[in-house]
Amino acid sequence: MSDIDLTRRSFLKTSAGAAAVAIAPGMMLFQVAHGDTQGASDKVRWGMLIDTTQCKDGCNDCVSACNKENGLSGETKATDSQWIRKIEIKDVSNGRELSLPMMCQHCEHPPCVDVCPTNASMKRADGIVLVDKHRCIGCRYCMMACPYKARSFVHEPLTDQNPDVPRGKGTVEACTLCVHRIDQGLKPACSEACANKAILFGDLNDADSEIAKKLRSVATTQVRADLGLNTGIRYQGL
Amino acid sequence: MKKLFFSLLLCLCIPMAWAADANAPKLDIGKGGQCVEDPQWMRKNHMHLLKHERDDAVRKGLRDEKHSLKNCIECHASTKDDSVIARDDSFCVSCHRYEAVKIDCFECHSGKRKSAWLQQREAK
Amino acid sequence: MSSHPPMYFKNHLYWVLLAAGGAVALAGLYAVHMMEHYGHIISGMNNQIVWGIPHVFAIFLIVAASGVLNVASIGSVFGKAVYKARAPLASLLSIAMLAGGLTVLMLDLGRPDRIMVAATNYNLTSVFAWNVVLYSGMFSLVIVYLWTMMERRMNPFNKAAGLAVFVWRFVLTTGTGLIFAFLTARQAYGSALLPPMFIVLSFAWGLAVFHVVQTVIYNWNEKILDPAILNRKKNLLGVFVLGSLYMVATYHFTNMYFAHQQSFELFILRDGGVYTNLFWWGYVLLGNVLPLALIFMPGMGKTRCVMTASLLVVLGAFALLYVFIIGGQAFPLSIFPGYEVSSSFGDGQIAAYTPSLYEFLLGFGGLAIAFVITTVSVRVLNFMPQDKPYIAD
Repeated sequence: MSDIDLTRRSFLKTSAGAAAVAIAPGMMLFQVAHGDTQGASDKVRWGMLIDTTQCKDGCNDCVSACNKENGLSGETKATDSQWIRKIEIKDVSNGRELSLPMMCQHCEHPPCVDVCPTNASMKRADGIVLVDKHRCIGCRYCMMACPYKARSFVHEPLTDQNPDVPRGKGTVEACTLCVHRIDQGLKPACSEACANKAILFGDLNDADSEIAKKLRSVATTQVRADLGLNTGIRYQGL
Repeated sequence: MKKLFFSLLLCLCIPMAWAADANAPKLDIGKGGQCVEDPQWMRKNHMHLLKHERDDAVRKGLRDEKHSLKNCIECHASTKDDSVIARDDSFCVSCHRYEAVKIDCFECHSGKRKSAWLQQREAK
Repeated sequence: MSSHPPMYFKNHLYWVLLAAGGAVALAGLYAVHMMEHYGHIISGMNNQIVWGIPHVFAIFLIVAASGVLNVASIGSVFGKAVYKARAPLASLLSIAMLAGGLTVLMLDLGRPDRIMVAATNYNLTSVFAWNVVLYSGMFSLVIVYLWTMMERRMNPFNKAAGLAVFVWRFVLTTGTGLIFAFLTARQAYGSALLPPMFIVLSFAWGLAVFHVVQTVIYNWNEKILDPAILNRKKNLLGVFVLGSLYMVATYHFTNMYFAHQQSFELFILRDGGVYTNLFWWGYVLLGNVLPLALIFMPGMGKTRCVMTASLLVVLGAFALLYVFIIGGQAFPLSIFPGYEVSSSFGDGQIAAYTPSLYEFLLGFGGLAIAFVITTVSVRVLNFMPQDKPYIAD
């Protein structure tokens, strides 16, 4: 008789414990979800203004800074990732030459987000276009859809990534506007690295920001404006 | 009959529990100390926490440093090699190997303590 | 009957064929394993040519899978007895090719292990996500359709199922065309002409595959196809081939007319090297002119001619898809119209692509899956077309 009572008692104990364990995660997650962090705000739209007249031909500082910050190898084989690249352009009609950096344009209406089957390509509330690598299945449809060839596919296994910038084989990646820095209140690495201050970073929605003031006062262009994507990266002197 | 059955079951359970304890993974808990939550709770629920956190962090920009993977690594990376995955008895590897559960985190995430990674980068 | 091989020989041959198909499928899986382990670095694909040989095979199989159902639709929806007798075989081929194509497409993903993610997260604006629904729906519908044909009690529902399949396969091929039609920024794609073009192409490719399989099955069973039926079906193939050639020509002509598309067209039609050669020699000559001659020239159009013509149409299909998918990506994306551009990321240059063995293994693995499904099914179930002695229509 006594051993039955014992098992019954222990059974009740364990089931009470199990119930507590089952409820606890929900309670925990609730607390976490209502933590004090604010997250990305839709009042903000991060963007950059690139002054091509200040961008030096042959200078690669923004690219090197990006590679260092995000842990890219810096190699330029066809299978290597390039989040930002320098493009040399020459006007066919008059021969004017320019050099400028090209990267994800952080569109308001990004084609990559439209075509992504799993919602891995997404736009954060503050306008930054990102790949959620937890969801990316590596179909590369976004690379086909991007008008700026801004995205790269990770072709090889990677090790020793920057703890702030996870990257991995079989997923697509691109310029994150250094989202990990922005969330700490810092500027993107390329913008900080440019000696000529050709890359101005700021909030396009804030009328008092330096970038918004400059956008009001000088003529700026969006690349492939004909597509109507309303890019977050603007160019001056193009 | 019932009594006999339960006793038999209990008899079977006890040696199994012993055996389990004997084979339980011995892991390098790194700095250790007070965990962000109760350790027993964390053993059962760390994956839910990490999964929930990652969606909030990537998609909404809600970065809760306390429950972040980086914070886990900060405490639990080995004091010898600053990693949670480098060796068989590293914090994440030893348990996951014992339970035969694949970890997908470190396909993309670094398993190194950030301070150590920064030092290494500067040294290069 | 000395000309026919004895029964035991055919039994042996069946197992040899099955083993060969299985071996090729296994080789495909080996390629997948290697790509999983080393990453896509061992394929020829790169950041400029992001879709390669696997996609050529997959899209051929999927488009042909939809087109082969045409045979079934003419039977079930338009009530032609000759075609109705062939509807089960057509449905089987459709399922087999769909399975092969989807396997290739899925296993080429960077993270095929995350297929559950694709099944549980749906982006409603993504054509790919629509296609996940369209492909799985097609699969189930065709299986139901087969059931209504092969199970006597289900016969009353045959007409309805046939109609559903008929509608669904149009939507499906439209979806396949839309994958490219919605890529607005790329010169090669982004045209509303692509979905109808894919539909007409599917007619030709599907019927060609059907002819090949039908001829083999008739030979295997030592039967001869009624010349009247052969005649009708080869004429239909001829019309479909002409139709698809018309669509492809229209696509290129409209591009030629837009000034900003001319450089792309000149690349494909004149200066593109391998792409130009594949287009003119592979697609136009081998895939269209020769088959049409074999079908319509006086004195031609016998069983062997139709078989050769069908194989050539399939060959032409691969050539066209290679030019369309890979040539379309090789031509540089126009980011700064009116400017000459150069960069470290291949801007302004024709992208280079050398397909690797692994890609071919994966592609042929898909074909092998379709082959194995067809071979086994044809042996264990009765898919042999049963023609009535008198053809009413």
